[in-house]
Amino acid sequence: MKANKFWAWLVFALGAAYFIVPLLATFEFSLRMRRGTYSFDAYASVFADPAFAASFSYSVVIGLVTIAVGILVVVPAVYFVRLRMPWLRPFMEFITLLPLVIPALVLVYGYIRLYNSSSIIPFTGSALGTDILLTGAYVTLALPYMYRAVDNGMRTIDIATLTEAAQIMGANQAQIVAQIILPNILVAILSGAFLTFAIVIGEFTIASLLNRPAFGPYLVGIGTNRAYEPAALAIISFIITWGAMGMINVLGRFAPHTSARTD
Amino acid sequence: MNQDFLSVENLTKSFGNNTVVKSVSFAFGKGEFISLLGPSGCGKTTILRMIAGFENPTTGTIRIDGEDITHLKPNQRQLGMVFQAYALFPNLNVGDNIGFGLKIAGMAKEERRARVDEMLKLIGLPGFEKRYPYEMSGGQQQRVALARAIAPRPRMLLLDEPLSALDAKIRVSLREEIRAIQLDLGITTVFVTHDQEEALSISDRIVVMNSGHIEQLGAPHEIYNKPATRFVATFVGQLNTIEATILDVAAKTVSIDGQTVQVAQLPADARVGANSLLTLRPEVLSIGARDGNDITLTGTIADVTFLGSVIRLRVALGRNILSLDTFNDQRTAPPSRGEPVTISLASKDLLALQI
Amino acid sequence: MNDTTTSPPAPPRRIPWDTLAVAPFVIFAVMFLFLPTLSLVGTAFTDRTGNFTVDNIGGLFSDQIVAAYWISIRISGASAILGALIGLAITLAVIRGRLPAPLRSAVMTFSGVASNFAGVPLAFAFIATLGRLGLVTIILRTLFGLDLYRSGFNLLSFWGLTLTYLYFQIPLMMLTIAPAVDGLKKEWNEAAQMLGASQWQFWRYVGLPILWPSVLGTLSLLFANAFGAIATAWALTGSNLNIVTVLLYNQIRGDALQNPGLGAALALGMIVITSLANVIYLVVANRAERWMK
Repeated sequence: MKANKFWAWLVFALGAAYFIVPLLATFEFSLRMRRGTYSFDAYASVFADPAFAASFSYSVVIGLVTIAVGILVVVPAVYFVRLRMPWLRPFMEFITLLPLVIPALVLVYGYIRLYNSSSIIPFTGSALGTDILLTGAYVTLALPYMYRAVDNGMRTIDIATLTEAAQIMGANQAQIVAQIILPNILVAILSGAFLTFAIVIGEFTIASLLNRPAFGPYLVGIGTNRAYEPAALAIISFIITWGAMGMINVLGRFAPHTSARTD
Repeated sequence: MNQDFLSVENLTKSFGNNTVVKSVSFAFGKGEFISLLGPSGCGKTTILRMIAGFENPTTGTIRIDGEDITHLKPNQRQLGMVFQAYALFPNLNVGDNIGFGLKIAGMAKEERRARVDEMLKLIGLPGFEKRYPYEMSGGQQQRVALARAIAPRPRMLLLDEPLSALDAKIRVSLREEIRAIQLDLGITTVFVTHDQEEALSISDRIVVMNSGHIEQLGAPHEIYNKPATRFVATFVGQLNTIEATILDVAAKTVSIDGQTVQVAQLPADARVGANSLLTLRPEVLSIGARDGNDITLTGTIADVTFLGSVIRLRVALGRNILSLDTFNDQRTAPPSRGEPVTISLASKDLLALQI
Repeated sequence: MNDTTTSPPAPPRRIPWDTLAVAPFVIFAVMFLFLPTLSLVGTAFTDRTGNFTVDNIGGLFSDQIVAAYWISIRISGASAILGALIGLAITLAVIRGRLPAPLRSAVMTFSGVASNFAGVPLAFAFIATLGRLGLVTIILRTLFGLDLYRSGFNLLSFWGLTLTYLYFQIPLMMLTIAPAVDGLKKEWNEAAQMLGASQWQFWRYVGLPILWPSVLGTLSLLFANAFGAIATAWALTGSNLNIVTVLLYNQIRGDALQNPGLGAALALGMIVITSLANVIYLVVANRAERWMK
């Protein structure tokens, strides 16, 4: 038993070192901009760059729209499939797994070929159209995570019973979804939303291939031109990701627990 | 018979400041079926887990057949154990589950197969060796778990509430099966349960435990008929308690709801005018007079519960409610609520408890 | 029966909520998953003049493209297998190794962050760590006299990229395997011990076989995850590294292969390989899972 614990600590320590050292190294590197002393000059330089603010806010807006569209596409579908069309479930599971199997790079290639300016739906013909296409691509990218979050949320609250209970008390379908189902799966939806945000905010491949001024392509541009700013941006990105994941963790404490626990 | 095949001396277990087993000692003979009975948190499971080797005793020793096993690893103790939730290995079929201990012990394949077949016959599931645990009912799984535990011929069998996850009917039949197999093999068995009926029906001897110590150790009829403490009396079997006021210490008379009754014994510290608590089992009460019953009381029927062959009545004597069972007589209607009723009992069955 | 009997009133028209609710999802799947994929498949089998051809598929077997696939498969395979093994080891240590409970939740939160800390910033972090001027590189040289780069290490190589990918592969493994490790009942281990098994024997015959299907499933997920990744590699190496995603990226940007059909075939090849990883998983898992419902 003692030996067991020793090995556990050893494995944990090695793992922790692998994950913490790059963060420390990056942070240390980001402070080295001014010669001979540590400073936050690299961060100041990043924040002073108007392109940083522009690309970051562009990605935030696209991220928020992606979340909104993702919720509208996923939540009603999951609810009605669970409630009325359980035979569609395997189909949904399959679809939501596809973005994990088909690389984003391949999908965006398909979009560019399918929705170019000379096609029936010329998304890439205008800036707004391309933004819409980018949002659609991001919703697709986040689909597996959003679906799983919402599906888990609905499983824990037993929507069938809740819906029947509400119907007996005279609620209509809209009331049921708005007043019963949504509040109960809000935490799950928000978890999916923050995960989506973390995925979208620094995404490079799709944004760069669609030529949109997003944060990911901006990062690559900085990476090729500057020395210390990339390290500072890596730390900033890590903090943003940590923030999004931390929110999921905090929200998890407010999640409804299933009443049908067997443990 | 070796009278201390399993012996436990001054066994104590603390988790931090919380002492869950307090200097427990007992010894049992080879082939005995022993139950550790008590409410949850009484320390019975911890004792079993210390015998198994999953918990290290804070102090004390555990011996099997004279060998000190207190500090042996679980896998060196040569014991068999059946868990509450079956704990069959889900990735192995029934045959491989039962043969697991034999394989670990290095038994040859052919020999192993023969032993598995023998075990499957013993538990009444011949031909099940290719099934997987998920394909079987709870009762079947638990029988396989029993077969797995006894296949390597362990020195002792430990049963950790093995019946509590099962349906009521299977619980009773499997309990009888376990006892039959245990008698057949003559294997010393320690059975942990919180169900007093289970313990009474299956055991040679019972250890009644409460908050870490032994309340009473004895054969089922001793535990039931002569409970040593108030805890045992209330925990084992149904017990009626009556509040009585002592009228005369020398004459041993008390007043129950205004009716004067002479009892066989009074508590040692009895004083005139003091309240005393008397207890009696439901089955010593009779409706109406009966030969040998020297105490008669009158009350009213407070409640009638029809249980099939038995009718359980609750009779109010002032503030005291006594419950008693009568057989269902098909020719007469059961008594109804509010009816006056006369009950009788023998004074020797009325126990005065030390409070 | 007489003729004056009126037919029963038609039921009030009900809004087909379920169809309306599922429609956006289906339309979305068709527009952003099925059609683009099908269009690529179509392009892959079309020549410049619009006729059916298999030449594009044949074109994949040029030295450069085969080499690119092969490096991609090796990096994805190595980072998936190592990620799975190391991730499993850490998960077992944290969940089963009786480490303090708060540590466990901290590790799992961190895994959520690290598994999403991929792409460009990850590349920056590893340049700052193991690049020529990275902290670890410098410390190793000044303190231990070990020159990583002179001893053959290069962040822009197979092992460099694998080591970088592990930063998101390991936590992804931990997140997906943790529920399965949690599902290992304590009683299984205890039952094995009572039957005389050592810890090693328990893991050999019970613990790992039970985890095996989940490990396999995650392995195929990790493989696909690394196989389709490009941002990290791109930010680390620019277009220098000949992996299939970089090749395809260049093709999409500027028709580097000078043949749209070949580009589509390249993309189709990627889908085939990731699907194959999943099919292999399904077949093996099906055999490993015969004890499951």
